[in-house]
Amino acid sequence: MLSRRDFMQAAGALAAIYGGSAPWMQLAAQQKLSEAELIGFEPFGNVTIAHLTDIHAQLMPVWFREPSVNLGAGEAEGQPPHVTGSDFLERYNIAAGSADAYALQSEGFAALAKQYGRMGGIDRIATVLKHIRAERADNTLFLDGGDTWQGSYTANKTKGADIVEVMNALKPDAMTGHWEFTLGADRVKEIVEELPFAFLGANIFDNEWEEPAFEAHKMFERGGVKIGVIGQAFPYTPIANPRWMFPNWSFGIREDEIARQVEAVRADGAQLVVLLSHNGFDVDRKLATRVEGIDIILCGHTHDALPAPLKVGKTLLIATGSNGKFISRLDLDVGADGLKDYRYKLIPIFADVITPDAEMTALVEKVRAPYADELKRVVGRTDSLLYRRGNFNGTVDDLICQALLEERDAEIALSPGFRWGPSLLPGQEITVEDLHNVCAMSYPAAYRNKMTGKFLKQVLEDVADNLFNPDPYYQQGGDMVRVGGLGYSINPKQPIGRRISDMTSLKDGKPIDPAREYVVAGWASINQATEGPAIWDVVEAYLKNHSPVRVDPHDAIKVVGI
Amino acid sequence: MHTITRRQLLAVTAATATGLALSPNFASAKAEDAMAVLDKFTGGKAPAEGKVTLKMPEIAENGNTVPLSISVDSPMTADNYVKRVVIVAEGNPRPEVATLHFSPKSGVAEASTRMRLAKTQNVVALAEMSDGSFHMVKRQVKVTIGGCGG
Repeated sequence: MLSRRDFMQAAGALAAIYGGSAPWMQLAAQQKLSEAELIGFEPFGNVTIAHLTDIHAQLMPVWFREPSVNLGAGEAEGQPPHVTGSDFLERYNIAAGSADAYALQSEGFAALAKQYGRMGGIDRIATVLKHIRAERADNTLFLDGGDTWQGSYTANKTKGADIVEVMNALKPDAMTGHWEFTLGADRVKEIVEELPFAFLGANIFDNEWEEPAFEAHKMFERGGVKIGVIGQAFPYTPIANPRWMFPNWSFGIREDEIARQVEAVRADGAQLVVLLSHNGFDVDRKLATRVEGIDIILCGHTHDALPAPLKVGKTLLIATGSNGKFISRLDLDVGADGLKDYRYKLIPIFADVITPDAEMTALVEKVRAPYADELKRVVGRTDSLLYRRGNFNGTVDDLICQALLEERDAEIALSPGFRWGPSLLPGQEITVEDLHNVCAMSYPAAYRNKMTGKFLKQVLEDVADNLFNPDPYYQQGGDMVRVGGLGYSINPKQPIGRRISDMTSLKDGKPIDPAREYVVAGWASINQATEGPAIWDVVEAYLKNHSPVRVDPHDAIKVVGI
Repeated sequence: MHTITRRQLLAVTAATATGLALSPNFASAKAEDAMAVLDKFTGGKAPAEGKVTLKMPEIAENGNTVPLSISVDSPMTADNYVKRVVIVAEGNPRPEVATLHFSPKSGVAEASTRMRLAKTQNVVALAEMSDGSFHMVKRQVKVTIGGCGG
């Protein structure tokens, strides 16, 4: 019998032969997505929450392949969001080859992308929001989970000004943050002072006085319901990102503080308590079991998109994805005694189906205009699918590592396990915009250092523990550091110090010698005064000599013990 | 002119109020084992769980100065109070970090300070009550290289 996976592979192969128009795909396309269907929602109850998160400054529609490998540790093993590919389709009863299958999981991605087109685009999101607000004028609360001001060429050039202007036009009621802080404390303060809505961070404190550095919560009234929204910024911002850029702010999970804020908003009459969170899904899942009185956690950071809320005790967890691919709509029936019932839809933003909002299109064009020529400048072409998401590696990071090895004349390359960065389809030209979408940030220097084999092992062990520590409170929400010129085995279920083995130099096939020094190139160091060219210049220089590139999946990283 | 910062002043004040005795945290040729420190403190008596709260970050933002606050649930009356609390870092070269002395006059058994953690380890707060009983809490604090999240 042909399994669903086999069928998808066969279909993929057919697609290659038919140039993207295999019979089953035509059928898929003929399902005829319509805007009315995508946005359609029977209004329910007295409050509507719209949630957008982790758009990483993506103003334009993107291709974005979800991960094929996303392992859960401890109690999260095999639980959403740690379900991928055909398992995901089965769990959520989604037909292979359907629009939802394309939007939510990785199998058949490149072929399906040609059928269903790009996703996201802030002008399409504006259309959906306008529709929701028209339907639910006095009931709607729109909340942004953060990782909004970083991730594109223009956001980097304007220090977030482009995306801030655009988001202001979308009129969120509140936001929280993570990568926002990598603009530096002064710039963050400058933007936040001017924001026409609340920037919330109950877990951000001045680290000298332990005094709150930002507003912790805000009360709203919608549909006659008092709502307390508590903001929770990414707890490990000063660890995962350069602390020297915001040296006076301390973060952390600070469970006690959240509990205190829940009490405060309840005392203020809140009938509904919402945590606008950038904790990461597994952290929020644990938090929901430990802090009472939160009705809804709007999850962010780990970029998971789930078609249904996950209920933990009495708390609903919502996961809205990333890069503008989705917006969540949650209609709630809230009475005097609290939340009674809900209706939910993860609205996929199919860019070819949802009409762009003309005003927003104009605004996006305006903020991009000064950079329009540079954005579309072609720097190369790819013959294979380039993507980032996945626990251990992604082809776009393999490309970055190749560029680092060659351009920086290194034996080993390291590239951070970020989860942002859209995908590129086979045959696609790579523009400056595409290149910067996978590496635009404020500390891009590509260093060249010597590291001992022992230290390299420590780096891998350290990052692996951030990902696979069975206690989510010790996880940082990124993926494994990407490597070039290096192979290794990893057993995620072992404790720190014992996960990584068989480290091998791919150059000569020899085992990594703990005592030997290796020349290592990498980027995004959290150390101040890191020297080297910007990573985008390194990759552009590499593409100049190697385009078109072809990056195929490899087996230099072996996952064992699962 | 020597000006005293608010932070320095606070440190001095805290030390006075609680009788904070910071042990020098240097590597020692004969580093004591953490268990030995605890045993010495209790005289070998087994401590109970509960009553002691130790607030520390799950992952240290800066291993050189990790904030820590302890509180012990006690009425702090003449016949029922916390006498002292020892803070022990299991993985530091010298595990005994501080001993905090309290009396009924302290009002509450609470203190905050900062400590250095060289690597990931458990930190223990062990309290001696006026009735001779001991209470203990343990927390793991991770010290990481950092830099790859998100």
